[in-house]
Amino acid sequence: MEARRDVYQAIADPTRRAILSLLSLQAMTPNAIAENFDCSRQAVSKHIKVLSDCHLLKQKQKGREIYYQFNPSKMKEVKKWLHQLEQLWESRFEQLDEVLKHQK
Amino acid sequence: MRQSIFNKDIENHRMMITREFNAPIGQVWRAWTDPSIIDLWWAPKPWKAETKAHNFTVGGEWLYCMNGPEGEKHWAKATFHKVEAPVLYEGTDAFCDEEGIVNPEIPSMYWKVQFEDKGVSTVVNIEITFDSAESLETIVSMGFQEGFTMAHGNLDELIEKNAI
Repeated sequence: MEARRDVYQAIADPTRRAILSLLSLQAMTPNAIAENFDCSRQAVSKHIKVLSDCHLLKQKQKGREIYYQFNPSKMKEVKKWLHQLEQLWESRFEQLDEVLKHQK
Repeated sequence: MRQSIFNKDIENHRMMITREFNAPIGQVWRAWTDPSIIDLWWAPKPWKAETKAHNFTVGGEWLYCMNGPEGEKHWAKATFHKVEAPVLYEGTDAFCDEEGIVNPEIPSMYWKVQFEDKGVSTVVNIEITFDSAESLETIVSMGFQEGFTMAHGNLDELIEKNAI
């Protein structure tokens, strides 16, 4: 099975969430990002790749350096999912309303 | 229709839901704790909840299955820690197989459900506390399961900040 690449997978990892937090403040080079973490540069690169594959990052070329920037539009998916969670409870509650009505 | 109130307490990995129901406390309590009634409303349509075992005592378990329209089956198990009829119960909810063997790779959720007597109606307060769930993706992939909230402050800030 092919590995899934979606926003949920991207934010399932704490390091990747931290990278997103950093990049939401400023655009950074891969080296500058890696300096914030104890793990290896390779590990950080891998996380950046996952985030890029999920379209959570935008790339900008400045001279010889590549800068990464947070792309917030993808996060809307998460927001949407949260909304679905609320919908789940709402539909549950409405069904319970019905059940209670018929028990009377 | 009654309004539901959703609140998130990011720091403590909690989600709170408050909802009032048009029935006295005894009846609402029964609807939440008698499996033959829970099965009628727990799963959002077209899914159907099906209880396999239900022992509503401290240390007891509720093993149930969510049956999907395509034949999907998601098993879950609740273990009860506190039962104080008709005002409160607490438990841990976990994903498992049909024998009730818990899948340790998916974080559990801790539940507290309180019932407030309002005479002709009842207010239900649900508090769901999450582990620092790393396998968010796993939980989300379980479909509609309620196994997820913004348990991660960073992420929530991101969303707030960008006013999505």
